[in-house]
Amino acid sequence: MIEVENVSKWFEDFHVLKDCSTRVDKGEVVVVCGPSGSGKSTLIKCINGLEPFQEGVITVDGTSVGDPKTNLPKLRARIGMLFQNFELFPHMKVLDNICLSQIKVLGRDREEARVRAAQLLERVDLSDQADKHPAQLSGGQQQRAAIARALAIDPIAMLFDEPTSALDPEMINEVLDVMVELAQEGMTMIVVTHEMGFARLVADRVVFMDEGRIEEDCTKEEFFGGERGSRAQEFLSKILTH
Amino acid sequence: MFEDFDFQVIVEAGPILWQGMLITLLLTAVAIVGGILLGTVLALMRLSRFGPLSFLAGRYVDAFRSTPLILVIFWFYFAVPIVVGRPIGGLYSVLIAFTLFEAAYYCEIIRAGIQSIRRPQVHAGLALGLTPWQTMKSIVLPQAFRNMVPVLLTQAIVLFQDTSLVYVVGLKDFLTAADLVAVRDNRVVELYMFAAVVYFVLCLLGSLWVRRLKRQYAI
Repeated sequence: MIEVENVSKWFEDFHVLKDCSTRVDKGEVVVVCGPSGSGKSTLIKCINGLEPFQEGVITVDGTSVGDPKTNLPKLRARIGMLFQNFELFPHMKVLDNICLSQIKVLGRDREEARVRAAQLLERVDLSDQADKHPAQLSGGQQQRAAIARALAIDPIAMLFDEPTSALDPEMINEVLDVMVELAQEGMTMIVVTHEMGFARLVADRVVFMDEGRIEEDCTKEEFFGGERGSRAQEFLSKILTH
Repeated sequence: MFEDFDFQVIVEAGPILWQGMLITLLLTAVAIVGGILLGTVLALMRLSRFGPLSFLAGRYVDAFRSTPLILVIFWFYFAVPIVVGRPIGGLYSVLIAFTLFEAAYYCEIIRAGIQSIRRPQVHAGLALGLTPWQTMKSIVLPQAFRNMVPVLLTQAIVLFQDTSLVYVVGLKDFLTAADLVAVRDNRVVELYMFAAVVYFVLCLLGSLWVRRLKRQYAI
């Protein structure tokens, strides 16, 4: 469903992605991990065209992301995305955050959008927070609201950019629980995270990146079973022992 | 100096002063609304990735910001009738001059406001499938204007005071009206004192409002 072929990207002189290739099939959950600055976030932002790339090809459900003729808003409306700092819109109530794209992008009428938003809020256990502004919610609640917002466009795949790294430890699980549920329902997911527990539980594959390169791309059994390179070994031992 | 201070002079000058105040308020209101609208367009042009648009808006801002307002008022007073082909009166030429002049300042305020919105907010809008224009309209501008409100109002207060410069083309704004009566009746102290109090009170009210809004919109 998502194919990344020989993608390279530069920020001016800095070579941030180096010849990256991988693919994610329908229903697959892929965890992307690696040290800070290894290009994980940039890679997933390239997948929905938020970051341009200079070389290579990315296709999502048969549509080339880098093709200038591609209608990017239409393509992005099929992929949900979660951000490290939630990025709810602070000037709108939670409910309106979830209705916005339904009305503007999918063309649903206001009532239909509200009904769908209410269902999604119930699903992430936030029904009683619909009329609050994002700043009145805890971090975990904000991220769950952001998941509801991303689901409101009925995406065929979801990208998660370190969805729990800005959260206090006690709030991480409430977000991971929703993500695990999504994975078990068969959502295609690419998750940039350091949560190795999540990876062990639901990932089909693990991609390890370092210095802009995809160093490992294997099943989680191979990755956690020790059949990994020395750089990945070192990374894992660091994040698992501290 | 104050022993023969005569309040009656001010009361009698009331109608003339009120007429002047109407001109001052009209100029302020038109220049604020027109300036913000045109300023928003200019700010979007300045931020555009299309070089020529950005260049044009940049030079517009440079030109107006490096020219004293009084000169701009003069030029428009003489130039607008030539461009239009007929006399249009001092008021219209001044309304145009103020709007175009203020737009340059509002452009910079609005540009800074737009740039104050963090990039991930834009990404969040785009990631939902909104077009860049929808993202600007529904996500960036509403938040940017919130951040800008205090600075926009401060600029409005400056503008309110600057309207007194229209005396150079013979328009009777509040201060000019007060000045006329002062000279006519030889009551300089009363009229100038009254004018100062009116400006002070109105600007103070404006500043207090700005302070309240700052607290209200603090994110």
